[in-house]
Amino acid sequence: MPIDWKHYDSAPFFDELMEGPGQPRPAARAVAEYLATLDDDELQGRKQAADSAILEMGISFTVYSEGENIDRAWPFDIIPRVIPRREWERVAAGLEQRMTALNLLIDDIYNEQRIFRDGVIPRYVLEQSRNFREQCVGIHPPHGVWAHICGSDLVRAGDGQFHVLEDNLRVPSGVSYMLENRQVTKRVLPELFQNSSILPVDEYPAQLFDMLASISPRPQDYPEIAVLTPGIYNSAYFEHSFLAQRMGAELVEGADLMVGDDDCVYMRTIDGPERVDVIYRRIDDAFLDPEAFNPDSLLGVPGLMRAWRKGNVGLANAPGAGVADDKVMYAFIPEVIRYYLDQDPIIPNVPTWLCSDEEHRKYVLEHLDELVVKPANESGGYGMLVGPHATKKQRTEFARLIRKDPRNYIAQPTLDLSVAPTLCGEAIEPRHLDLRPFILQGVRTDVTAGGLTRVAMRKGSLVVNSSQGGGSKDTWIVDEED
Amino acid sequence: MLSRVAERVYWMARYVERAENTARMVRAFSLLALDMPKSAQLSWRGLVSVTGHDAEFEAHYQREDERNCVKFLLADADNPGAVLSSLRKARENVRTTRDLVPSEAWEVMNELFLFARDHIDQGITKRGRFEFLSEVIERCQMLTGLLAGSMSHDAAYDFIRLGRNLERADMTTRQVDVGALRLLKREDDETARPYEGLLWTSILRSEGGFQMYRLHVKRRINGPDVVRFLLQDTAFPRAVAHALTEVQAALERLPRNEMPLRLVTQARRHALNADIDELIGEDTLHEFLETLQQDVAELHGANVRTWFQFPENAPAPDVA
Repeated sequence: MPIDWKHYDSAPFFDELMEGPGQPRPAARAVAEYLATLDDDELQGRKQAADSAILEMGISFTVYSEGENIDRAWPFDIIPRVIPRREWERVAAGLEQRMTALNLLIDDIYNEQRIFRDGVIPRYVLEQSRNFREQCVGIHPPHGVWAHICGSDLVRAGDGQFHVLEDNLRVPSGVSYMLENRQVTKRVLPELFQNSSILPVDEYPAQLFDMLASISPRPQDYPEIAVLTPGIYNSAYFEHSFLAQRMGAELVEGADLMVGDDDCVYMRTIDGPERVDVIYRRIDDAFLDPEAFNPDSLLGVPGLMRAWRKGNVGLANAPGAGVADDKVMYAFIPEVIRYYLDQDPIIPNVPTWLCSDEEHRKYVLEHLDELVVKPANESGGYGMLVGPHATKKQRTEFARLIRKDPRNYIAQPTLDLSVAPTLCGEAIEPRHLDLRPFILQGVRTDVTAGGLTRVAMRKGSLVVNSSQGGGSKDTWIVDEED
Repeated sequence: MLSRVAERVYWMARYVERAENTARMVRAFSLLALDMPKSAQLSWRGLVSVTGHDAEFEAHYQREDERNCVKFLLADADNPGAVLSSLRKARENVRTTRDLVPSEAWEVMNELFLFARDHIDQGITKRGRFEFLSEVIERCQMLTGLLAGSMSHDAAYDFIRLGRNLERADMTTRQVDVGALRLLKREDDETARPYEGLLWTSILRSEGGFQMYRLHVKRRINGPDVVRFLLQDTAFPRAVAHALTEVQAALERLPRNEMPLRLVTQARRHALNADIDELIGEDTLHEFLETLQQDVAELHGANVRTWFQFPENAPAPDVA
């Protein structure tokens, strides 16, 4: 039986494709109508075609389990998520604005620190930051840019507006899946591409290459670019190797690089040492250079910081860029945008209460049963309190923690993430999702057309991580005028 | 090309070749065992010596019987040269160079390892051994053919060819050495003498060279001719002279090849110029074969120093 959109009901959540039962949003009409022409067998056939394309193209992610690394096929839903172009242009402008402000902030933090002197951000925020690197103080990277590649997580709340949930300024991943999702969708739903105008996404590797080339210390030459990976056992290894291939860059591990007496970086090749101009590093700051950071690191390159400080090699993202993505700093970003750019933020933050502020703290303590409380310096959902799902005992414990160390905690409302129709077995059901667009900043700024949509495949779940049962969808930016 | 990557494909080729050669040797010897009378005891322990892992064997086994020796050669995790250990390491090396080798090669390699791992018990038993080893050999050949037929013959392929043929030369000299030691000595066990032909046939078989020998040598099988064929034939792929010619061809295409090239020329000259009858007559074949093995080891060392490791080297990739 074909899909009958009249029986699809996603209330009370904001649905990306449907305004109400039987009523697709204008930009999604073509998709909804087309899907309704397919019978069950055809729909399942498309699903199977997508699964086998994913296997055949080798799109995988790595999970560590039972002492062995396993490549799992990438989980994918064939029904695309559709965003109207006009709405997206505003979001893209908002992301460019935010990225510009974040880079001004990082450059200020490692140099003049005006923003603290002017009292826009209290100094304690910096003092407690775990991603501040004193080794970076006084450095001026090319174009004043520290975070060259950013993956910001956007969510649509109940009001249908996009909000920034967090900025990832260290080693954000997922862009390869955005590109591969499109390849798979083109194979599976080619008819839809003929009749609608969907913005292409595959310029990303070329834009990434150009951005990296723009920070080369030897701009006159054709730059030698390397992608630095922790190796095959990293969960994002597929992406590292994918991006290196697409850019025609060398995929290297720490042991492949060395810093010479001239403080330049070289690759060990069969032709002898070869100079490297720019490194797109996919390993964390702490492991980058055992001379400067964690001395036990086997992944890094001794002397790399020395070479970077002298301007002999470009590093993307720059070490220390993560200082601007911790959860307390996040709360100040709207003010940061006003301070450096004298503009109002185009995309709002999720409302955030700072427990260090007396009034905010009072509110948080009184509403623990409806808020999400996050510690400043943890990621991956560790040490969090999800108020509505917590026991009384857990809430009491968190109240104690907040009173003891208020600066370390922020609170946000429990968000009603938007949903989109998703093929679950035989049926189409609403599932929650988020969106991770990627922003590149060098001499110029590029924002991906859409990004990676992650879906919580389990009913009612808000967890979109692929390691925990999350899936993904192709994301279409569609011109409605056509 | 990155040194690490070159090193990994080189070792991948060596390990696959090692697994195949060991499987061939055990298969040939197992067949021979069926032909020999009870009175002429075969020494399975001799096979362990071929691989050069006597110390590891002695550390773990008391009895030198068939079962222990075969288990050690095929399955033992303490034996770095065992078929299963070699395949595991070959697979790791392909896994970490998947960008370079055709994706079918990874699939064949992965399935080969999984097959060996899942059927290794069958390989140890007398009954299932022939089938198991034949399957391993076939799949190794499939991988070699797949690389030859679907991978660009670029620098990475040259390193594969280099590793494969160096390993081949090494294994063949070892086999001849052990065979010669056992069979050519005057004071050898009288009971085995009538079976000399069978034993040499078996050595040819482990090199997959029985049929080719018949085609090209045409005389009845005898020790000196077999030794000559396996060391000096330039047309038979597993003969030392041919393997070294292949090594030389691969080396000629690589950059900064001066030292390895000089060494392979020398090794080839040693192999081709030897007077086999004289060596056997004067009982100095063993010393000569040791020289050849020394040549191969030195050549390997030169490869490592030229392309894989720089003097100021950081920790090397996991290859040994």
